[in-house]
Amino acid sequence: MNPYVHMLLTFVSGGIICVFAQLLIDFTKLTPARILVLYVSLGVLLYGIGVFEPMKEIFGSGVSVPLIGFGANIAKGVQEAVDKEGLLGVLTGGLTSSAAGITSALIFGLSASIIFKTKSKRM
Amino acid sequence: MNENEKKELIKRYSPGSTIFKNSTLAFLFGGLICTLGELLFMLYLELSGDEKTAATLVTVSLIFIAALLTGLGLFDKIARYAGAGTLVPVTGFSNAVVSEAMDSKSEGYILGVGAKIYTVAGPVILFGLASGVIYGLIYYICGLIMGMMG
Repeated sequence: MNPYVHMLLTFVSGGIICVFAQLLIDFTKLTPARILVLYVSLGVLLYGIGVFEPMKEIFGSGVSVPLIGFGANIAKGVQEAVDKEGLLGVLTGGLTSSAAGITSALIFGLSASIIFKTKSKRM
Repeated sequence: MNENEKKELIKRYSPGSTIFKNSTLAFLFGGLICTLGELLFMLYLELSGDEKTAATLVTVSLIFIAALLTGLGLFDKIARYAGAGTLVPVTGFSNAVVSEAMDSKSEGYILGVGAKIYTVAGPVILFGLASGVIYGLIYYICGLIMGMMG
């Protein structure tokens, strides 16, 4: 695929996914935390019904950078772990595949609380 | 609720132009962050030659950038305009974790930072994993049934 077309598809798909969330914020009482939870679970669902991977082929980071990508990554990890270890994989796959994201966010959070003095306002 | 929050609420729920403006900004910022992610992905893929490694590095990089901007107090300024554009990408997850950690520093490191850092991360991780476990069980059972049939 033409790299410029690919970038355009990434931009548009990522943008549309964010617009959905913005409309949810503007028209419903959903708080940001609820939207993040919704998107993560949606990502698991999309991967589970086999829609996410084909979407990722076309849109790349446009669907994997939003939190649905985080959810899809959890589902993918679970599936691969079940393939490898059987039933135990249900318990090991999710955290294994999301370990880097979770650990980095927590460690950067701890570091920021030590390094930075200024009080940051919540979203 | 203080005056600013009130104003923000009124602005947010007033119909017409505000909603259109919010959506346009969310589209542009969200699209931009995803495009940045894709550019990083191509760079990391070139360097590592492995898609999984590259994808993980993209996530960590975006989380780091968002954490740094949050620490410097710049993330909120951008998010005020970008709305869901910075919330929905993994940057929003990072911002939520880092800002909770920074805000709860005054309550100490153990029960302040240590506990409150999970205020938003906790629900996201819990329900992400719970959905994953449900999917894993369905996938496992489907595998058993397929195995018995064929």
